[in-house]
Amino acid sequence: MSAPAPILRMSGIGKQFPGVQALDGVDFRLLPGEIHALIGENGAGKSTLIKVLTGVHDIDAGEIELAGRKVVFASPLAAQQAGISTVYQEINLCANLPVAENIFIGREPRRLGRIHWKEMRRRAAELLTRLEIDIDVSAPLSSYSLAVQQMVAIARAVDIDARVLILDEPTSSLDAGEVAQLFRVMRRLRDEGIAILFVSHFLDQLYEISDRMTILRNGRLVGEYLTAELPQVELVAKMIGRELADLERLEGRPYAGEGKSAPLLEARGLGRAGMIEPFTLGIGEGEVVGLAGLLGSGRTEIARLLFGADHAGQGSVWIDGEQVGLRSPRAAVRHRIAFCPENRRAEGLIPGLTVRENLILALQAARGWTRPIPRSKQEELVEKYITALNIRPADPDQVIKNLSGGNQQKVMLARWLILQPRLLILDEPTRGIDVGAKAEIQRLVTELSDGGMAVLFISAELEEVLRLSHRVGVLRDRRLIAELDNDDDLTTGDLMETIASGAAS
Amino acid sequence: MTTPVGAASLTRRLPVPRKYIPVLVTACLFAAMFVAGGIRYEGFATGQIILNVFIDNAFLLVVAVGMTFVILTGGIDLSVGSVVALSTMISASLLPAWPAPAVMVLVPAIGALLGLAMGAIIHYFEIQPFIVTLAGMFLARGLCYTIGTDSVSITDPAFTAFAQTRVDLVADMWVSPSVLIAVLVVLVAAYVLHYTPFGRRVYAVGGSEQSALLMGLPVARTKIAVYTISGFCSALGGLLLSFYMLSGYGLHAVGMELDAIAAVVIGGTLLTGGSGYLFGTVLGVLVLGLIQTVISFEGTLSSWWTKIFIGLLLFTFIVLQRLIAGRGKQ
Ligand SMILES: Nc1ncnc2c1ncn2[C@@H]1O[C@H](COP(=O)(O)OP(=O)(O)OP(=O)(O)O)[C@@H](O)[C@H]1O
Ligand SMILES: [Mg+2]
Repeated sequence: MSAPAPILRMSGIGKQFPGVQALDGVDFRLLPGEIHALIGENGAGKSTLIKVLTGVHDIDAGEIELAGRKVVFASPLAAQQAGISTVYQEINLCANLPVAENIFIGREPRRLGRIHWKEMRRRAAELLTRLEIDIDVSAPLSSYSLAVQQMVAIARAVDIDARVLILDEPTSSLDAGEVAQLFRVMRRLRDEGIAILFVSHFLDQLYEISDRMTILRNGRLVGEYLTAELPQVELVAKMIGRELADLERLEGRPYAGEGKSAPLLEARGLGRAGMIEPFTLGIGEGEVVGLAGLLGSGRTEIARLLFGADHAGQGSVWIDGEQVGLRSPRAAVRHRIAFCPENRRAEGLIPGLTVRENLILALQAARGWTRPIPRSKQEELVEKYITALNIRPADPDQVIKNLSGGNQQKVMLARWLILQPRLLILDEPTRGIDVGAKAEIQRLVTELSDGGMAVLFISAELEEVLRLSHRVGVLRDRRLIAELDNDDDLTTGDLMETIASGAAS
Repeated sequence: MTTPVGAASLTRRLPVPRKYIPVLVTACLFAAMFVAGGIRYEGFATGQIILNVFIDNAFLLVVAVGMTFVILTGGIDLSVGSVVALSTMISASLLPAWPAPAVMVLVPAIGALLGLAMGAIIHYFEIQPFIVTLAGMFLARGLCYTIGTDSVSITDPAFTAFAQTRVDLVADMWVSPSVLIAVLVVLVAAYVLHYTPFGRRVYAVGGSEQSALLMGLPVARTKIAVYTISGFCSALGGLLLSFYMLSGYGLHAVGMELDAIAAVVIGGTLLTGGSGYLFGTVLGVLVLGLIQTVISFEGTLSSWWTKIFIGLLLFTFIVLQRLIAGRGKQ
């Protein structure tokens, strides 16, 4: 089969940010009727390539051709009008506006010159139903979870009549069902002849959906490959520039079974109406407890209750055998509980400050402002965590908002680790993080727990939960339905079955 | 599929959508003040009292409408009071020579132009609206004094006609033509905000400028337009004030920008932008006006009490908004 002419061709693209050469002589092409994955580590330049293409940033060097004609977009609006529809990496919608409007703003259905609200709501609901999302489209977007927001962003992009559809990490907050739904839509659009650019750090997803791959490393093009012809190991090697052995080394961590000593933290009958039914859960020192369950099954809710971010309606929390009142996150921090939330962008980092300032701020706040941290100590600590998490660029004075999405996430994680908590709650810590860094983070969790830290580990990836945890709590429909010891014969299949059947095995 | 806890379960607990609560609170406050006044003072609880509030504050209402647009985008316009004064001054000084209709066209045009300039500076040079409009405030106030330092009275027949005409409504109630103009401005503005793409862009920019840009909305045009609208409304408010005062003076409308901001905030619009209703602003102006009325009925209270009450109200509303916004997150 001879390949059709590319709809989009970028050649010799260069982009310089102060101190960083984000893109250097990158060539990229997109064929109609094809799903093309753009792959690279955190900070490789994927989002930057998308942003120079769609007129968010100016380009320093190179040319862009759309359907054979040279183009330069001055703004995302211009790119959209030329038929390029984009979902950017972080959800870029207006949380204050109703869902329906977020889908249609800029091209509202009108009647007699005025916005036809009823029609807009009807079409929005229809569109979302096709994505199997059933929500009240007149409620503000902010009242819905991250996953729903991400689906709304996708609904907006696919409804725009486009020749090129760009999805920058659209699946980072979605669960398996939603991803499958998205893929169905993507395949349909591909068959209609639309060219789709897809970014993700989930290798399985890349292999499932993409026809062709372009790999970037450190702002340079590594190459373009047909998915069918590039085995996964080779892909990873090309992407990170070395073999990835770390992942393999972390195989299963069966529960040590050191007779049940008194747990560090215990929740007894803790619950809150409408959020999570009363549950009892203990976590011991040096223990990693995983939480598995579908999105919206109550995983995050448990974390929020234990951190005092929401008030428990009933039940009690015991730490070191004493009952404590976790009325606020501050109280939890005083008991040395740390919580790295799922929605990192909204909570936690101050975008205008540097990596160092963000890290030290957290530590200083916990120490109290009367005991300043000496500069040398600061540097040592920051250095340590930048290396431990492989934050790139490894420059403590880089401003947070200039880091790539995945690297911001690593800083967020470092911010909590630096407090050296006794209990660390991680809600989806590896979403949006490349495979190399993911292995680093998993290793870090293991090391920390070996050092005595208790960890509550929440992830939608069952393999990951299983690889790290000593015990796994299974949730379904806002109820903790089972607690399984991670012995040798527990498999992801068992977990899946428990989740599906809703009964303890 | 997933069932997010969110809007659905929250609104089930509240009888009305949360977004309407601030406006409802203001409406209740207004009703309560009116009833309390009616019980306490003879001849207070009449329709004309409310109409008088409109008559005495028509100019403020128009200015506050413009301010609502600006605040909805997350900006602020401190120049409005000075632009009002400048408008009275220009009207008063031009009127002896120019025909009244020409003045009535020219003055709003000047206001719009000033707003346009400030909006363009704010957007293209990425300077805080606070700073730019503060400069605009000094500039406009200073320009008044280059025209004249004393109060200039207006004797033009068209203007005096506007000042003295009574538009009769039912049952002996009446309003001034200015009120009709103000109401028209409110209706047009409410339509624009709710039913036109431009209006919705105002909310989007206030929600998140960055997102609005990435969604492909013309952010530059929207931001510049709201300051232009505010400038236009201020100048129109200035015209209404010159009907009311029949004079132009550099010391007119001192501090009116703060009254306008107070009215918008009491009306439930968030200072951070993206949330609020024009109807709330109308209520905000009415509440401010009614406070003055109550104090004049009371007789023995000095007019400073107006400020004290407005201050207390502002505190209450800002705290209220915090609480509502805080509960909305999760
Ligand atoms: N506005 C900016 N100012 C300065 N540097 C920037 C800016 N945006 C991106 N960078 C830098 O450019 C490089 C590429 O970032 P980019 O966001 O394209 O990475 P990415 O491949 O999308 O990574 P991720 O998988 O983490 O999203 C990074 O080193 C980042 O720090
Ligand atoms: Mg990115």
